[in-house]
Amino acid sequence: MTDTIVLDKPVGAFEEQALPANRVRGYWQSVFYRLRHDPVTLVFAGIVLLIVLTAVLAPLIAPFDPYKESIVDRLKPFGWRGHLLGTDELGRDMLSRLIYGGRVSLLMGVVPVVIASLVGGILGVIGGFAGGRTNTIVMRTMDVFYAFPSVLLAVAIAGAMGGGMANGMLALTLVFIPPMCRIAETATTQIRALDFIEAARATGARNITIIRYHVLGNVLGPVFIYASSLVSVSILLASGLSFLGLGVRPPIPDWGLMLSTLRQSIYVVPLVCALPGAAIFITSICCNLVSDGLRAAMDVRM
Amino acid sequence: MQDNPSLDLRDRGGPQQPLVIARDLRKYFPVKGGGGKAVQAVDDVSFTVAKGETLGVVGESGCGKSTLARLLLHLVPPDRGELVFDGEPVGVAGGLPVDALRRQVQMVFQDSYSSLNPRMPIRDSVAFGPFVQGKKKDEARKIAHDMLSKVGLDPSLFGPRYPHELSGGQKQRVNIARALATGPRMVILDEPVSALDKSVEAQVLNLLRALKRQFNLTFVFISHDLNIVQYISDRVLVMYLGRLVEIGPIDEIFDRPLHPYTRALLASRPSMDPTRRIEEPPITGDPPNPIDPPSGCRFHTRCPFAEGVCETTDPMLGSWEGLRSHVAACHMHDPRSGHSGIGTA
Repeated sequence: MTDTIVLDKPVGAFEEQALPANRVRGYWQSVFYRLRHDPVTLVFAGIVLLIVLTAVLAPLIAPFDPYKESIVDRLKPFGWRGHLLGTDELGRDMLSRLIYGGRVSLLMGVVPVVIASLVGGILGVIGGFAGGRTNTIVMRTMDVFYAFPSVLLAVAIAGAMGGGMANGMLALTLVFIPPMCRIAETATTQIRALDFIEAARATGARNITIIRYHVLGNVLGPVFIYASSLVSVSILLASGLSFLGLGVRPPIPDWGLMLSTLRQSIYVVPLVCALPGAAIFITSICCNLVSDGLRAAMDVRM
Repeated sequence: MQDNPSLDLRDRGGPQQPLVIARDLRKYFPVKGGGGKAVQAVDDVSFTVAKGETLGVVGESGCGKSTLARLLLHLVPPDRGELVFDGEPVGVAGGLPVDALRRQVQMVFQDSYSSLNPRMPIRDSVAFGPFVQGKKKDEARKIAHDMLSKVGLDPSLFGPRYPHELSGGQKQRVNIARALATGPRMVILDEPVSALDKSVEAQVLNLLRALKRQFNLTFVFISHDLNIVQYISDRVLVMYLGRLVEIGPIDEIFDRPLHPYTRALLASRPSMDPTRRIEEPPITGDPPNPIDPPSGCRFHTRCPFAEGVCETTDPMLGSWEGLRSHVAACHMHDPRSGHSGIGTA
C-alpha cells in the first residue's frame, strides 16, 4: 500500500479504525444489492417490464388493427381464424386490443401517481418542514379529502368534470395527493427533529438548502415506496372509472372499458370476456409485489 | 493554522475583550394549552466567555444547559437579553448578523447518531458547512478531506462511508470535523462524550484538547459529568432550573464550592475510594417543575440550609468573601440577607 495514512497530529490510539474496504457501499448500491438477491421481486419486475414493453411497442407486436371490426367474426373463442385470443363483440382482435389497452391502463396507472407524488410530496415537505400553522393548514386540507373513500372521490370528481382520459387522470391525481402528502409530511417531521438539521442550520444554511441537501434524500425513499404501491391502485381505479363510463371513451381500447362492454357476453365466450380482468389482475399484482420487494430492499434501519 | 491568537484577522477586540458576553439571556418555551404558562428554560443568565478558555457548564437534566447552548448560536432566539460576540451585539441593527455569528461559532451535538444525515456520505456532511458558507464544491470537499484526517479518520477510507457504518466514537469525530470545517473561533460542545464508552471518551477528549490548541479555539463544554468538566475546563458555570447559581475558576469551584447545589453535585460524584462510600444521596427528589419554579431561591425546596429568606427573596450573584472571579447566588454567604449563615464553611 502506497497511500499511507498521515495524521497531522496523531492523538490517542485509534484501534477502532479499519473496516474491510469492501464494506464501503452507498445506500442505493446496497438497495440494488439486496434487490439482486431477491428472486421473487426480480421475476415480477421482469413481468412488469414485459407488460410495459408490449404496451410501448404495441404497433410492432399487435397482430391486427385493434379498431378493425368484422361482423362475421364477433365473439369468437381462442384461436379463431388467426385471432389467438378470440374476438370481442364487434369482431375486433382481442390480443391486439389487450396490447393497446395496456398503453392506456399503464398511462392511467403511472401518470396520476407521478403527478400526485410531486404535488403531494412538495406540499408534505413544506408542511412538515415549516411545522406550526402552515403544517396545520396543509394537513387539515388534506384531511378533508381523506373523509371520502378513494373510489367514491374519484368517481365524484370524474363525474363532475365529465368523462375522458384527461379528466380521469386528473381525478385520480386529486385522489392520490392527500395520502402522498401525508407520507412526505410524516417523513419530513421525523427528519426535522434530528440534530443534523440543527447542525445544518448552525452553519447558516437557508431552509431551501437544508431541504435540498438534507430533507429530500431522506423523504424520497418512503415517497417512492408508497408511490410504487399506488400504481396498482391507480390502474384498478382507472379501470373502474372506464368500466363506469367515466374514463376512456370507446372505441379506444382500455382494459376497464373492455371488461365493461364484454360482460354482457360472459355466457357466450366466458374465457375471452375474462381476459381484460386477467390483464388488470396480473398487472396490478405484479406492480404490488415489485413494490413490496422495493420496500424490503429500501426499508433498512441504519 | 494560526499559532498566535493575534494573527486571527477576525479578532477585533484583542485578547482582553471577552469572546462572548451574555447579559440577562432569557428563553421561555410556552406550554401548549397551558394558559400562558411557559417552561422557564433559561432565566436571566449572564456570564462571559474569555478568548481561548474552556467554560464548563454543569447541571441536572432539564436545567437549561442545552437551551443555553442553542441561545449562544441563535438557534433559538432569546426572549430577552443581549449576546455580545467579540464586542459586537448579535442580531440587532448595526451589530453582528446571525449569519456572521454562525461563521464563527459551531456546535457539536450529543447524539452522534442523529447529528449526521443517514443518507449522506460523511465527507459530504463535513463539506456541507464550507459549501453553504460560499466555498466551491471541490474546495469544500478538500476541506472535509483535511478535517477528517485532523480528527484521526483516514479520509479515503472513511470519507465515502455512511454514518451507520461507523462506530459511536468515529461518528463523534466526524461531528467534530464537521463543526471545525467552517473554521469557527468558538465551539459549543453539548455533552459530546456522554454517549460514548469510557475508553473512546478519553480519546475524544484528548482529541478535543489537541484541536483546541491547534486551531486556537474557545470551548463551551456542556456536561453532567463533573470529572470530565474538571479535566477539560478552565472555568465552570453551574446551572439550576434555568438559573446560573455559581460560576468560577475550576479549582475554586471544586475546592471551595459556595452554593449548596454545587456542593451537593460535587458530593454526589461516585467515590473512587471504597472506604469512603457515599451512603446517602446529597440531594433527593426530582428538580421542581420549571413551568412553575419555587419562589425566592429556586433551590430552597431541596436545600439543607434553606431558611425563611430563601423562600421569599431571590438571591443575587456575589463574590462575597472569595475571589472576585468566583460568584454564587446564595443568601447564606450574604451577611445582609438575614440568613443565619449556618452552612458557610
